[in-house]
Amino acid sequence: MNSWKLLAGAVLAALLVALWFLPSWSPYFYIFVATEILILGLFAAGFNLVFGYTGMLSLGHAAFFGFGAYVVAMLALHLEAPLLPALAAAVIGSGLLALVIGFFCVRLTEVYFTMLTLAFGMMVFSIAQQWRSVTNGSDGITGFPVSELGLGLGLTLGNPAVFYQVTLSVVVLAAAVLYIITLSPFGLVLKAMAENPERVAFTGIPVRRYRLYSFVLSGMFCGLAGGLFAPFTRVASPEMLHWSQSAEPVLMAILGGSATFLGPFIGSAIFVLLETWITSFTERWMLFLGIVLALMVIFLRRGLFGTAVDFVLARARRRDHAA
Amino acid sequence: MESVVAALWNSLELGVLLFLIAVGLNIIFGVLNIINFAHGALYMLGAYAAFTLTGLLGLPFWIALIAGPLLVAVLAAVVERVMLHNIYDRPITDTLLLTFALLLIIDEAVKWVWGTGIHIVEPPEILAGTFSLLGTQQSVYSLFVLAVGIVVGGGLWLFFTRTLAGKVMRAAASDRKMSRLVGINVPLVFTAVFALGAGIAALGGVIAAPIRAISPGMGSNIIVESFIVVVIGGLGSFPGAFLGAIVLGAIHGFGSRFLPELNIVLPFIGMAVVLLLKPQGLMGRSAI
Repeated sequence: MNSWKLLAGAVLAALLVALWFLPSWSPYFYIFVATEILILGLFAAGFNLVFGYTGMLSLGHAAFFGFGAYVVAMLALHLEAPLLPALAAAVIGSGLLALVIGFFCVRLTEVYFTMLTLAFGMMVFSIAQQWRSVTNGSDGITGFPVSELGLGLGLTLGNPAVFYQVTLSVVVLAAAVLYIITLSPFGLVLKAMAENPERVAFTGIPVRRYRLYSFVLSGMFCGLAGGLFAPFTRVASPEMLHWSQSAEPVLMAILGGSATFLGPFIGSAIFVLLETWITSFTERWMLFLGIVLALMVIFLRRGLFGTAVDFVLARARRRDHAA
Repeated sequence: MESVVAALWNSLELGVLLFLIAVGLNIIFGVLNIINFAHGALYMLGAYAAFTLTGLLGLPFWIALIAGPLLVAVLAAVVERVMLHNIYDRPITDTLLLTFALLLIIDEAVKWVWGTGIHIVEPPEILAGTFSLLGTQQSVYSLFVLAVGIVVGGGLWLFFTRTLAGKVMRAAASDRKMSRLVGINVPLVFTAVFALGAGIAALGGVIAAPIRAISPGMGSNIIVESFIVVVIGGLGSFPGAFLGAIVLGAIHGFGSRFLPELNIVLPFIGMAVVLLLKPQGLMGRSAI
């Protein structure tokens, strides 16, 4: 068992080193692709804290992603804020928004929870669309400068390779924090609530409050992902807040495996790579995605990575028994 | 006074359209216990069927009115057999995701077959004019929409209360296991219910075709609206679909006239308020 963990750690470390040096040998196109995978992977992993760990299907998480994007875009446009403080503001802002929305949503469970998150998400979308004087309506916020990082480091974020490495650092750090959260006693409570909320309630744990904590933390990570996405695509638009955008992290989490920590990241990689590859010869990407999702839900509910992990663990267990 | 009458009439017309979509959603939820995310896409298919039958094949609108829903119902029966029947005992999130996948497939297929442009269907000549109502001019077509709503609502009510098939469906909705024990072919009932709900949604699409622009986005827009309707009225409730549709129709009809800047947020506020105060909806959940 331990040797498997060691091996997995070594593979992950080697992967991260390879990712860091990607710009030195890869064409720009793949740097863009890798940046997108990292950001959407963080979005999916942040969303998965509520979905995979706490067992609640939210369809309003695009609100936090989009809110983070708007915060960074507006701070850059009006105050020429460097990226790091802008990201911090995005995380705090999205956390507060998640606190307000979550305060209402966690009162409900199952499909009612899903519907209420959808309603709140669409409210935020509608406000962004309607409040032209602040948000510039459906055109979104564009033309903001993406120049410095902050911290006095002279990094030119306009260079895609530099932006990629900054993104990699931020995402890896955030993922590490998220991972520690899922391993902590708090994370274990969330997992237990996904399995059986009544039993958790019997132990004296305030289930609703823990749901809210999970929702707020999740919103903060999604806001961070959105905050990275705005300077990456150079735009913050209402589409980022629309419910169909909320469906993307769901798809990624399912694709990779929502019961594993790395599942959403791997799902994001598969999603973006497939999208890039398929759209290069047909526009029917969503059709293909729909078929893949249907097959995954029917036959491979644990996701690609989740199924692979199950397979490896089952073999390891058998070997332990034999020994 | 005139503006109130006009708003009221618009609310009614929109409410009936929403009812036709939401009632199928509620019947399917009531019996199969799944939230059909692809329901709006089936409504859209109805509208495209109307366009194909009248615009491309030159058939009369009245034939599209019958043939469109039937075609979509047959397609839905196939979809239920191939996809949905696999996952009835899974958590409700799985059924949401599977029908979401179905939505993606239908949306893309529609773009593939009909393109991304906007299409128009002409109403039949007899319904093309206007009439005056308490000082306002209203289209005859909206009168036809109301008539269809009354026929469908009344017909469904008679079907569920007076016919054997309707009673069988209600039995399967309230207790699957017991229904199976008394010899009801539950899988067949499920297929029939899904086809029925889809057919009514498609009927809504055919009716909407002459008054709404037919485009690939129309399904996703209406599905959010119909979610609001079923949440306000009560998920799975037949009278709830009616009440919710009238309430949302009124929110739109009066909101767009008297509170234009708040109009697009109002439905979501209404939905959130109902969910928070009475999650089971205004009518509560009943077995259809």
